Amino acid sequence: MSIELKNLKKNYNNFEAVNDLNFKIDNGKIIGLLGPNGCGKTTTIGMILGLIKPTEGEILVNGKNVEIEKNRIQVLEKMNFISPYVELPKKLTVKENLIVYGKMYEVKNLKERIEKLTIDLNLSEFQNRKTGELSSGQKNRVSLAKSLINSPEILLLDEPTASLDPDTGDYIRSYIENYASKNNTTILLASHNMSEVERLCSKVMMMKSGKIIDEGTCKELISKHGRQNLEETFLKIIRE
Amino acid sequence: MYALSIRHLYLIKGSFPRILDLIYWPTIQIILWGFISKFFTMYSDYYTNTVGVILSCAILYDFLFRSSISFNMLFLEEIWSRNFTNLFVAPLRISEIIIALTSTALIRTLIGIVPAVLLMSPFFGVSILDMGYALLLLFLSLYMFGTTLGILVTSGLLRFGPSFENTAWSSLFLLAPLGCVYYPISILPEWLQVISKFLPLVYVFEEARSILVNNIVNYDNIIKALILNLIYFIIAVAVFYFSFYGARKKGTLVNMGE
Repeated sequence: MSIELKNLKKNYNNFEAVNDLNFKIDNGKIIGLLGPNGCGKTTTIGMILGLIKPTEGEILVNGKNVEIEKNRIQVLEKMNFISPYVELPKKLTVKENLIVYGKMYEVKNLKERIEKLTIDLNLSEFQNRKTGELSSGQKNRVSLAKSLINSPEILLLDEPTASLDPDTGDYIRSYIENYASKNNTTILLASHNMSEVERLCSKVMMMKSGKIIDEGTCKELISKHGRQNLEETFLKIIRE
Repeated sequence: MYALSIRHLYLIKGSFPRILDLIYWPTIQIILWGFISKFFTMYSDYYTNTVGVILSCAILYDFLFRSSISFNMLFLEEIWSRNFTNLFVAPLRISEIIIALTSTALIRTLIGIVPAVLLMSPFFGVSILDMGYALLLLFLSLYMFGTTLGILVTSGLLRFGPSFENTAWSSLFLLAPLGCVYYPISILPEWLQVISKFLPLVYVFEEARSILVNNIVNYDNIIKALILNLIYFIIAVAVFYFSFYGARKKGTLVNMGE
């Protein structure tokens, strides 16, 4: 599935959170969205998810405008997301959470799907424990399992490995990488982790003050700005 | 819809203190009002032959209170657990969210109120069930009004965020004096009577007293209450939709938490 943003704007009173955003993510591509805090990444993801109403412009998912309620529901069935700022109910066990979301997304063969995800994400031994009792790395894996419960064709990842130790972060990145290549999943990744972006994304968009100020493959951007790596390139672009 | 309901049923099932909390307050209410009503029957002519009037009204009011609070609580649970955003990015229609919360609120309310109703008879020798089939219509009316208030408060939570939480707790207390739960409407000053007549509660509690005191069911009161409830319910649902679109415009659906 593809995502296309056309002249997308979001204003909060006089503040321009997102200003004239235009890009297209083709089916099966992983695109990185980089930018400092408050540059409009989360607002952009929020608009794609239908949580925020754009002030102007269109969001087309597979050519369908998500602002139309019927389209929004159809698109959400095939989309999912993960964010460190959103949690699953802590008092429910891992399995109960996955059952609830599986039923919410009307997943067929839910029992098998949960079994596969809990095995794949090393959650089998925790599945009957309350989600709130898990470590942050384990919770993150549960959130990832939730975000994959409906076998999404589009994944929106908002800082998926924020505040995780390097080992867990690497595990999550590997899993996402594998999942995307096996399932031809379209992914928009908002992250502050440059090595994560370099590893996963075929293209990167740099955002500042609600606008895309540069874009290209990691190699292209690094060479264009004459820097050693993406982090230095990011700092140069953002500070200009 | 079913998924959202089982999410809350898992929550109740998994916590004994939560079940205890649901049962505790209605039971305490009934015991307290039971003794007050026993005292009144001994010293007031009005209540001489109607032992259960105050007690029955206390149960009806508690049912209303629980319906409203249960609806609010289900919504607040999502905010407190920071699960709110997950809910709104799932393929759920607003109507499905309202139906799921409404039906789950009923289950939550019944868990609390049924033990209290069952305790009435052995403790105080009266049963609210003696009111017959009309009781079902009174419960329906109160449930509709409780849900309507719940929807209005959650609309506020959607639009203004968790800061609206205090209103969730106080909304019903504001209307209780005008609802004439324990006294007839004639007690109120005339200008307040005019306002009260816009509340379905007045007709429900007038009718409850009429059934208990005179043993006659006046369907006019019941119909008036149901019509008013239907009007307010439709308005509340419209307000909820309006608040949802307002929240999308304002961006409050993202990262709403404690």
